[in-house]
Amino acid sequence: MSDDQELLRQLLEKQSNGTIKPSDRYRIPPQQMPAQNPVARRRNVNEVALGYTETQARLEAMRCLQCKNAPCVEGCPVRIRIRDFVAAITEADYKKALSIIKENSLLPAVCGRVCPQEVQCQQKCTVGKKYKDVNMAVSIGRLERFVADLDKDNQSIPKVASETGKKIAVVGSGPGGIVTATDLRRMGHDVTVFEAFHKPGGVMVYGIPEFRLPKAIVQKEIDVLGEMGVKIMCNFLVGKTRTIEQLLTLDGFDALFIGVGAGLPRFMGIEGENLIGVFSANEYLTRANLMNAYRFGKGADTPIVRPRRVAVTGGGNVAMDAARTAVRLGAEKVYLVYRRSEKEMPARIEEVEHAKEEGVEFRLLQSPKRILAERDSSVKALELLKYELGEPDDSGRRRPVPVPGSEFQLEVDAVIIAIGNTANPLISQTTSGLKFNKWGNIIVDDNCKTSLEGVYAGGDIVLGAATVILAMGQGRTAAVAINDYLSGK
Amino acid sequence: MSHKIVSKQQLAEQVFSAYVEAPLIAAARKPGQFVIISISNEYSERIPLTIADVDPQNGIIRLIWQRVGKTTAELSELEVGDTIENIVGPLGKPTHIQKFGTVVCIGGGIGNAPLLPIAGAMKQASNRLISIIGARNKQLLILEDEFMQISDELIITTDDGSYGRKALVTEPLAEICQRYDKPDLAIAIGPAVMMKFCCEVTKQYKVPTVVSLNTIMVDGTGMCGGCRVDVDGQTKFVCVDGPEFDGHKVNFDLMIRRLDAYKAQEQQALENYQKQKYKIDLDK
Repeated sequence: MSDDQELLRQLLEKQSNGTIKPSDRYRIPPQQMPAQNPVARRRNVNEVALGYTETQARLEAMRCLQCKNAPCVEGCPVRIRIRDFVAAITEADYKKALSIIKENSLLPAVCGRVCPQEVQCQQKCTVGKKYKDVNMAVSIGRLERFVADLDKDNQSIPKVASETGKKIAVVGSGPGGIVTATDLRRMGHDVTVFEAFHKPGGVMVYGIPEFRLPKAIVQKEIDVLGEMGVKIMCNFLVGKTRTIEQLLTLDGFDALFIGVGAGLPRFMGIEGENLIGVFSANEYLTRANLMNAYRFGKGADTPIVRPRRVAVTGGGNVAMDAARTAVRLGAEKVYLVYRRSEKEMPARIEEVEHAKEEGVEFRLLQSPKRILAERDSSVKALELLKYELGEPDDSGRRRPVPVPGSEFQLEVDAVIIAIGNTANPLISQTTSGLKFNKWGNIIVDDNCKTSLEGVYAGGDIVLGAATVILAMGQGRTAAVAINDYLSGK
Repeated sequence: MSHKIVSKQQLAEQVFSAYVEAPLIAAARKPGQFVIISISNEYSERIPLTIADVDPQNGIIRLIWQRVGKTTAELSELEVGDTIENIVGPLGKPTHIQKFGTVVCIGGGIGNAPLLPIAGAMKQASNRLISIIGARNKQLLILEDEFMQISDELIITTDDGSYGRKALVTEPLAEICQRYDKPDLAIAIGPAVMMKFCCEVTKQYKVPTVVSLNTIMVDGTGMCGGCRVDVDGQTKFVCVDGPEFDGHKVNFDLMIRRLDAYKAQEQQALENYQKQKYKIDLDK
């Protein structure tokens, strides 16, 4: 028996005879996530984080103090009963743990991997608070992933209620759309999901790379939809192939959910941004992920640039994904340029750590001023301006203030812009009567209902750039509201 | 849903036309719009193609393409009964059709294909239609009969004089712009460099000019920004803001260079494809 197993045995014994004290739990070392070796993974696209062993999962779960008020639940956008599922893991009742999670979240294998836990559940964790370090909190996300992955080969198809005869259109097959479709189908409605790309999954397929979220996991969720009887129509661009109005009148849909995502990359508006070798992260990642361009010349037809030196601008998860993709595509030097300091970065801590381990060089408190061109209009260098941190701004983060005269040049052959997305204009251009805010996001009430009768919306098209879990939460809310609306009709 | 090819024809040495089943697109499409296709699912490339014509009754659309790279070469190998796995559309904003008076439509090479439905719609809107269609040589000229049927005046040019007038399309265009009743609108579609020079001519004579841009695209829905162009100093996306723009405001030089962004890789893909095909032929 290993030391870990012995420690677990002792703890479980104390737990079962009721003598375990919080101090015993505090003494358990936080379990580190096993990961692929950083050198090896620079050359492959396989998943980096490998997942806890059973002993690790149970030890990590034992670190949970089982607080009466369960502050972690408050931090979860979909209010998963975290304390209870963690307790089930200590008892090795993984089925129970998973079913507790599934009461509120349909995609635990996804959320366990991509949720920003350190600003949600784990931020509220008492253990982390005690150490004044969120990294010391119970690793709730890793535990969620552990139980979800155990269920990997189990094709449990949610029960479908008897047919109601109501037809619902779900526009977009990302996390919001998948959840809405699943919930509505469970209630017995006839659901069709419309996807513009040739493959369903939305951002989980075109945006988040394989090394962070294997496509097989997303595909499994899509397969479940199909087996429940949800119809999925790919290559169908709502607004162009059919408008929302046509779907509701011509095609006889009784209600509709819009979950189309943000989908219009933001550029910086600086000189040289349209040069050859400047890409939005969306384009770069779509080529690499959805189109499999990393296999260009080995079966895949979509090309992708393979720059020697590349700068990625932005500090979110998408920026990390782009930088780490560039590493895997053979770049010698990958810079990550961010205007604020590391503390303000919106990316998940784990992604930041992984990026550093893989050799991404962080250029903090620096911001692009212009992009310089070679004679043939390709990128020659990125001119950066240095910043320092000033007073806190509206978001509570210290505002970066430029240092006059601090410009310098970074020699690169490509620049990837990862500073976020704005709302895609297709729906607004083609749907009269639907109300939008000044940023182009759809206005909804607490039930995700829009200004149009029978039309609901959720995810990034409502929230601006948000997360998978928030989109799922809204999908859930919308499904309940749509069901209520249809039963009153 | 895959799309069956119901008829196919070769229009010129490197130019092919096919009618393809796509009932939803046939019903929704308006002149000026395009589609994005990929031949099969997992590893195919997505490329934008023009919708040259539609037959909504039969639910089919006409695609015309020039064999230039691997994907268009592969597409050219497909026969009647074969399928194209993915077609999404109609994409882009439709052409603004109204009665302007006299409209001159200038098409170069493969550009005649997207131009044809636009010219037809302009004629139907009671415009006087002058068409100038050009190609490098007689073998490469396409859609002459179709343009003949709809045009009040048709001028054909070839670079080498093997057919029609030996000239670039800009030459007759300049003459037409100098007429007493100069055109109220010009629409130019073809290679970027042709559109650039057409715009230089019409700018001189103050004839408003619409161009339709065919840039590199991935999704065609505004998501990637790979198609962006500089119009009047502003960044625009061809897929959702276009494909048509005021030709006098487009930065063609930058656009032309951006079109070559993947040139080396495109060449490599084509060579690999041809090599592999050659191998298969030997095996037969």
